[in-house]
Amino acid sequence: MTEETKPFEPVIIGFTCNWCSYRAADMAGTARIKYAPNIRLIRLMCSGRLDPTFVFKAFAGGADAVLISGCHPGDCHYVEQNYKAMRRFHLLKRVLAQLGIEPGRLKLLWASAAEGAIFAAEINKFVEEVRALGPLNWAQPGEQVSTPIMEEVTA
Amino acid sequence: MSKPKFAMYWAASCGGCEIAVLNIHEKILDVDAAFDVVFWPVAMDAKYKDVEAMQDGEITLCLFNGGMRNDENEHIAKLLRKKSKIMVSFGSCACEGCIPGLANFSPIKEVVDTAFSTITTDNPENIRPQISYAMPEGIITIPTLNPVLKTLDQVVDVDYYMPGCPPESHQIAAVVDLVIAALNGKAELPPKGATIGAGNSTVCDECPRKRNVKTIKEFGRIQLMHTDPELCLLEQGIPCNGPATRSGCNARCPSAAAQCIGCYGPAEGVVDYGARLISAFASVIDSNKPDEIDKILDGLVDPAGQFYRFNLAGSLLRSSKSAQKG
Amino acid sequence: MQRITIDPITRLEGHGKIEIFLNEQGNVTNTYFQIPELRGFERFCVGRPVEEMPLLTNRICGVCPEAHHMAAAKATDAVYHVEVPRTGKMLRELLYSAFYCTDHTTHFYALGGPDFIMGPDAPVAERNILGVIHKVGLEIGGKVIQMRKYGHTVVEIIGGRKVHPCTSIPGGLTKGITEEQRKEIETMGRWAIEFAQFSLQVFNDIVLSNKTYLDLIVGDIYTHKTYYMGMVDENNKVNFYDGKVRVVGPDGKEYVKYEPKDYAAHIAEHVEPWTYLKFPYLKNVGWKGFTDGPDSGVYMATPLSRLNAADGMATPLAQAEYEKFYSTLGGKPVHQRLAIHWARLIELLYAAERWVELATDPEIRSMASTEMGKLPDSFNSTTDMTITHNPVGTDTAIEVRVCSNHHLLVPLLSTFIGNPLQMCASTTMRTITFN
Repeated sequence: MTEETKPFEPVIIGFTCNWCSYRAADMAGTARIKYAPNIRLIRLMCSGRLDPTFVFKAFAGGADAVLISGCHPGDCHYVEQNYKAMRRFHLLKRVLAQLGIEPGRLKLLWASAAEGAIFAAEINKFVEEVRALGPLNWAQPGEQVSTPIMEEVTA
Repeated sequence: MSKPKFAMYWAASCGGCEIAVLNIHEKILDVDAAFDVVFWPVAMDAKYKDVEAMQDGEITLCLFNGGMRNDENEHIAKLLRKKSKIMVSFGSCACEGCIPGLANFSPIKEVVDTAFSTITTDNPENIRPQISYAMPEGIITIPTLNPVLKTLDQVVDVDYYMPGCPPESHQIAAVVDLVIAALNGKAELPPKGATIGAGNSTVCDECPRKRNVKTIKEFGRIQLMHTDPELCLLEQGIPCNGPATRSGCNARCPSAAAQCIGCYGPAEGVVDYGARLISAFASVIDSNKPDEIDKILDGLVDPAGQFYRFNLAGSLLRSSKSAQKG
Repeated sequence: MQRITIDPITRLEGHGKIEIFLNEQGNVTNTYFQIPELRGFERFCVGRPVEEMPLLTNRICGVCPEAHHMAAAKATDAVYHVEVPRTGKMLRELLYSAFYCTDHTTHFYALGGPDFIMGPDAPVAERNILGVIHKVGLEIGGKVIQMRKYGHTVVEIIGGRKVHPCTSIPGGLTKGITEEQRKEIETMGRWAIEFAQFSLQVFNDIVLSNKTYLDLIVGDIYTHKTYYMGMVDENNKVNFYDGKVRVVGPDGKEYVKYEPKDYAAHIAEHVEPWTYLKFPYLKNVGWKGFTDGPDSGVYMATPLSRLNAADGMATPLAQAEYEKFYSTLGGKPVHQRLAIHWARLIELLYAAERWVELATDPEIRSMASTEMGKLPDSFNSTTDMTITHNPVGTDTAIEVRVCSNHHLLVPLLSTFIGNPLQMCASTTMRTITFN
């Protein structure tokens, strides 16, 4: 395969919570359930720890998509903080859309510790959805982001 | 012995910072007594060539306001950086892009096209400004617009940041006093990179309104409701940016019954201003049901514009995706 | 061909450079005044909520944010089809009058005045406000500082902040003033009247009594016979805040008088490829190039043009000065650009008198703070917002259109207010001479 025909491999950052979703990912691993390597997982103590700054930093740093995953509503280890994550997710989506980052690039997934297979399947599905969206290619600081819009005119 | 030299310059800005400095009133005489004002376009006639002729570091204090909208802004920023010992990123435009940074929502071509095709614009040949144009007498030039507006510290090394749109005059007066004292060996300047002329907390801390636990079922718009003059505006559903905004202004706007729009920039410790506001607003929504949350959020008619009103250029993402395409 | 570049232009608000081309004899063949900046308000205001227009457009200019703020406020009032209650209108005009005093003071003493007070041959280092204070002394310098302080104090009391006021919202203001504040404003206003008279005396002593300056003012060198635009009240007297836009021809006769909302039928903007700024002109006269005369749509909008376009001043002391102005300069209209500085001081006096008039009118406090600024209860946001085009004024432009679901008003053009800082040819000419 030449460079041009290799499929685009999305880079996805996944924020998981210590008590449910990270354990789900762990469980998939121990059960040898394969899921796409495109996702890099970061473990937080709780999905409520997710600071929207992390999401912006991920996109600004080159991620094509971000996953936020936590305990099912009602099951949060810290009682109600996953609802905070949910509200932030809803608002984040709107703000990101205004900035040109498609809603399909941010996903919220509830997963309990026992749902390894479901977690893996959802990851794989998300990777394909992002692959279809294409690379985000967020400009890095200092990158020449476009050509000058005005030409020199001589007599 | 000659006095230390002072300069103030405006890049892509509005002149409000200059007026704020003039609004230190009698204190301007202290500035005059302590400094030689060598370059300040609003107030005196020194030209770029005069700055070019100076030695490196000859200017002791340079208050640089305005964002980096075009290559002239960047050129003068670099020039003044070279010729100045202390460069202060003065005001919201230099620190975080400010209102002109809102242009970063659109490709620059769209910005120019819109300006040159408004309802009253008479432009049948669809002329756009040319950076270099040959007139019968010679070639005349104008600067090239950057694709994306940048902050001062994205272009040069900055010694201090002084936020505000504009910085409040009492803060400017305090900084003037500090610098004069430091030059006379009577005070120490803070470490490089510090934010000066502002507080360490948020606008909420300075706001006189009463605050309780916030449980918002609906966001409102100020013209569509009677607001309680004593109660926190956010609590009443008015989208006030106080919770993420740096203190130092004495909560001017909430004191005048208008919501804080965030002109003092991010509070201490805030990495991304919009992100902090997303957290704050998400926290006050009184619902755990996705449909209801969405309905409540519908009341925020322009979240990205509200959360990044002054800060888009200085945020982590810096612009929209389409602006990057040019 | 010799070329002189003035870069940047100084002692004004904004950015610009001037290229002057001289032939072998050393005479000017052509001069270009180029504006090197474009920030894009026309684009980035689109998509923002309508009530933010007075706040965003403030940042068009930090020396005259009040002008943009008021223009935008009037546009937002028009969007909602609401009449601002009398108290609200008065408070806005009071803020605006105090702003005019401050702004004209800043211009006369710090921007344009140094050329006269220090003299055209003064060294560059002295031709500025600090030079002025050194020359006229601390007592007079102190008065100038105090006038600016008073003006900005009123702006802060009514507008919430000294720079970039925040209290105008669709339908009125977010709050009113207390009786204590009203008294303070009145006291400062009375002092402002004295200061304005003092400034006119300064102008008389330093400028009009100096033959060299007087010759410059009345001579041909800074003369253009253009159309003149200003806002007038129902008696055709100068008003800064509200009224109709009146344009008189180079012969001084009324050419047109129109409602601000009809501006698009009268004003167009010409484009040149060598500058980022466009050139407003009278559409129905037409663009004939950079020339004056009755066939050229070029018009002026400055203190001088406002006096030319009106039949007089609405307050007695200013009216007396207006009459003296025209009798000294040989009748209406006055075409000599340097007379703008004198006209500015007459406006300063009117603004101060108006300041006191409004501050002492009992209706300035007849409406409770909490009543102000909310749209009438009868207003129904889903049915009453049907505007598409509602352009409103001279200064900048926001035309508003409603996006139904989100009540999100998409601003496109804007509204009229008399802006004290309209660009004028004299700025250009002054810079050429004295640099």
